[in-house]
Formats: sequence, structure tokens, C-alpha cells
Amino acid sequence: MTLLQVDGASKRFGNLVAIHDVSLTIEPGELRAIIGPNGAGKTTFFNLVSGLFAPTSGSIRFEGRDISALAPDERVRRGMARTFQITEIFPDLSVADNIRVAVEIAAGYRLRPWLAGKARRAVAERVAELLSLSGLADKAHVRAGALSHGDQRAAEIMMSLALKPRLLMLDEPTAGMGDQETYDIARLIRRLHRREGLTIMLIEHDMRVVFNLADRIMVLAEGKVLAEGPPQEIAESEKVQGAYLGKAAA
Amino acid sequence: MRRGRAFDAAVCVILLFMPFWMGAIGGYTELATRIVVMGLAAMSLNFLLGFTGVLSFGHAAYFGLGAYGAAMAIKYLDAGTIPAIGLGVVVATIAAMVIGALIVRLRGVYFAMVTIAFGQVFYFIAFRWNAVTGGDDGLTGWHRLPIDFGFARLDIFQNDKAFYYFALAIFAICVGAMAVLLNSPFGRSLIAIRENERRARFLGVPIEWHVWLSFVISCLFVSVAGALYALLNNFTDPRALRFDLSGNFVIMAVLGGMRSFWGPLIGAAIFVALQDYVSSHTENWMSVIGLVFVLVVRFFPRGVLGMLRSGAKA
Repeated sequence: MTLLQVDGASKRFGNLVAIHDVSLTIEPGELRAIIGPNGAGKTTFFNLVSGLFAPTSGSIRFEGRDISALAPDERVRRGMARTFQITEIFPDLSVADNIRVAVEIAAGYRLRPWLAGKARRAVAERVAELLSLSGLADKAHVRAGALSHGDQRAAEIMMSLALKPRLLMLDEPTAGMGDQETYDIARLIRRLHRREGLTIMLIEHDMRVVFNLADRIMVLAEGKVLAEGPPQEIAESEKVQGAYLGKAAA
Repeated sequence: MRRGRAFDAAVCVILLFMPFWMGAIGGYTELATRIVVMGLAAMSLNFLLGFTGVLSFGHAAYFGLGAYGAAMAIKYLDAGTIPAIGLGVVVATIAAMVIGALIVRLRGVYFAMVTIAFGQVFYFIAFRWNAVTGGDDGLTGWHRLPIDFGFARLDIFQNDKAFYYFALAIFAICVGAMAVLLNSPFGRSLIAIRENERRARFLGVPIEWHVWLSFVISCLFVSVAGALYALLNNFTDPRALRFDLSGNFVIMAVLGGMRSFWGPLIGAAIFVALQDYVSSHTENWMSVIGLVFVLVVRFFPRGVLGMLRSGAKA
């Protein structure tokens, strides 16, 4: 079954049409990149899909069900998780506690005033597992706010991963990072996709990352879909080169 | 962690013997009881303020409802001490459930403003409804009653030390319950909301529902403090509901340190002791507390306990 199906979604802010008639389908196991010049509406599109605001028109279906009117936390409970361009973590909690909160919520414990020893051990094991997957195990007890930018981003991805999402949305995961950090994050994303079979939709500016990772690419420009297809096709498209890659190179 | 446990134990010992050492430093048992009761109120407020990140300036409303509920149960219904406290708490908690549902979508200063507004509604009811509440003069003509356990009798009316330990026992139950809650997955979801509401929402936490629960729990415990306060004074008046008392709770929490569990208790102790000492010299005791407050916030933004902690580390 198609995992995510967006049909003719538009978003208007007053007179500004931020997203105009965008359609997209994502199949399970896919890694989809969304690229486009600044102000193309990529993050707005993410916000529509994740529920930060509702589309002005069009529909969003997740696993066949219309979710256009659902609150963000309800969409999360149906299997969507996302990260943000500006990392959103719990700065005053330790890295381990950041992930623990996510693990407990994912396990359905968020209203529990008490956890039995067995459940507590299961949570601790899952936290340890995610910490080692992220490479943050040696920083487990560091305040998350004191981590480097790249480590904060890795922690945020791990929190989203703790939810065992069926769709993981990453908004510019390598933004503002050096080469080494970019490489580490790209490797993490590749591992999540290839090894864990996770379906991922990501917005990215770093073309090396995009063309290395993506199965398919959607190009947005001025709120509209400019092109859509496998990386090879996008790289060769004159339309894309003219509107985007050319501009970026200039 | 180990130092945290040692600190918990120290607080317990200090509280357990407070009526005995209070006299040595110029205090008296009733002052000790007031510290415990106000400490409970400030810690209850801090459940919402310090551990959920939501500021209420209307907690006196639920403190006062607890006070009036308990006082009226004794005066009009001849209720025993425990049922009277129970009635005050039930009335206040129901009010908190209804008002909480109305305001839980608001944030920041809007939330604080509306909590004041709702609080003042209760104040004016108590102020105006002379026949039932005693109006401005307060509710008199009743006093707390000895508790009969069947096998034993605790005379909390005549014996002020007995009442201190009665209040301390209830304080311990409430504070213990809050500590368990804050160390649970539910408590961590509240701290998550304080730390980053957007991240909490995008982990799947229905924020409004959790903030509502935190508000109601916080109001429930503050109403216990209110009921104890009425019993302590054998009296209650509309000032127990007024927004300046809500402000005092906030001052106690911030003064002691709202990020720490015990901070508000220490803030309450400083506040109550200063109030007691300074008000015997001048009517303008609030200006002294205000000065202390400004100095603490200016130099130790994490409160007195935050200052002690960082001092211990250095």
C-alpha cells in the first residue's frame, strides 16, 4: 500500500501561495529527497504533511487514511515522525533522558505514574540500543544543550527513531554542518534506510548527500513541483538545471 | 544522585524536629506549621510552574477553596477534620478541572492573566456573600477538632505540636506523591513540555491534555495546603483567595529555586520567617521581602537552592 499520498495540496497565507497544487506519493521503503531553492516551500510542505497547519485545499493520506485534519501528535501516533531545520530537543535533560522520554512515549507509557521493573528495564535497553546506534553512547549523561550541533541533530533523529515511525521526515539534516558531521549524518541516514528498512522523506541542500542517498527526488520551485523522478533523471533535466542547479552554481 | 538522597534525608530530619529547634532561634511551633503549609502550597504550584513550565497567578483560588471548603464543612456540617479537608479538596479540584479545561489552550502571559481573572471571581464571591462566607470579616465561630482514630485520640486543637505533626504527615503524603509522579513517565512528559513544547508534541504528546492534568494535580495539592491553613488559623477570610497570595506562592517558588524539588519549600521558609520577623517591627514587611527577592533573582537566578548547589560544587 502507498504509505503517503498527497493530492493537490495547496497552502495560502493571506495573498501568498506558499504551496500550489503539490502531489506526491511515497511507497514503503523509499528514500525521497525534496530539493529546491530557498523559499520554494519545502519546509511549508513538511509542515502540511506533519500537521503543523492544515492545507488550504487538497488532501493528505497516510496508509490510505485521510489525515488532513489531524493534530500533529495524532499523526505521530499513526506513525509519522519528523525533525526540524532548527534542532528541537530538550536542552536541559541529558542525552539519555531525551531519548528515554521518546522511548516511554512510544511504548504508550506517557500517562503512567509508575513503571514496573520489567517495563523500566525494557525502556533502559531500548535507550541503550538507540544511543549506540547514534554513536552518542559515551555522551549519554551530557546535557543535550551542551552537545555540538551535529550531535544534537543525531540525538533528535534518535528521538524520532525511538517512535518506530513508518515515515521519518528529516528537514535539512545536515544544515550548518562541517564535512565530517555531514558525512556522519549521511551515513546514519543510509544505515537507517538500508539496514532498518525505514521509509524516509528528507529536505536537503547538500547535493552530494541528495544524489548519494535518494531513490527519487522531487524538485520544488515557487511552491510548485518542477520535476520529479530518479536522481539520474533530475540531474540531467534542463528544467531543473536552469531553475535550480544553475542558480546554485552561479 | 547520592548527594540528592542525602539532601532529601537532611530535609526530612530538619522538618521532623522543627518544633524543637524552632524555639532556640526565636521561633514557635505555629510558625513551623505555617512554613510546612506554605511550603506545600509553593511546592504544589511548582509542580506546574517548575516542572511543566506553565505559570499560574491564580493558585490562591484553589488554596482558598480548600480553606473555605474545610472551614464550612466544620462550621455548617459538623464534619470531622479529615472529611473536612477532603471536602475542601474535592470542591477545589472540581473547580480546577472546569477552569483548567477552559484555559488550557492559552500559553504564557495569557494563561497567567486568565488564571488571575478566574481567581478573582472566587475572591469576590467570598467577599460579597456575607451570609455564608462571613464576607470581609472572614469565617469565624468554628475551630479544628481533635481527631479520633478509635484506638487513639490526637488532640490537634489544644496541642500545637500535635497539629504540627498532623500537618507534616499530610505534607509528607502530598510531597511524596508529587515526587513519585515527577519520577514517572508521566512526570517526564511534563518536563518534556517545559523543555520544548514543540518537540514534545512531535513525539506524540497531546500537550493540552497533559497540561490540564498537571494543572489539576497542582491545584489539588495546593487546596490541601489551603485546608490545612484554615485549620491552623481556626479561621479563613477572602485574602486566602486573593491574587496577591497567588503572587506570594510564585515568589516563594522562584526565591527558593523553581527548578529544584525542594526549592519552593526553602523559599516558603524564608518568606514566612521574614514575614513573621519583619512584620513585628514594621507594617511594610513586604518591601523587605521584595528587596530580598530582587537580590536573589539578580544574583542567583536559580534561587537560593540553586545558589547552595553551585556553591557545593565549587
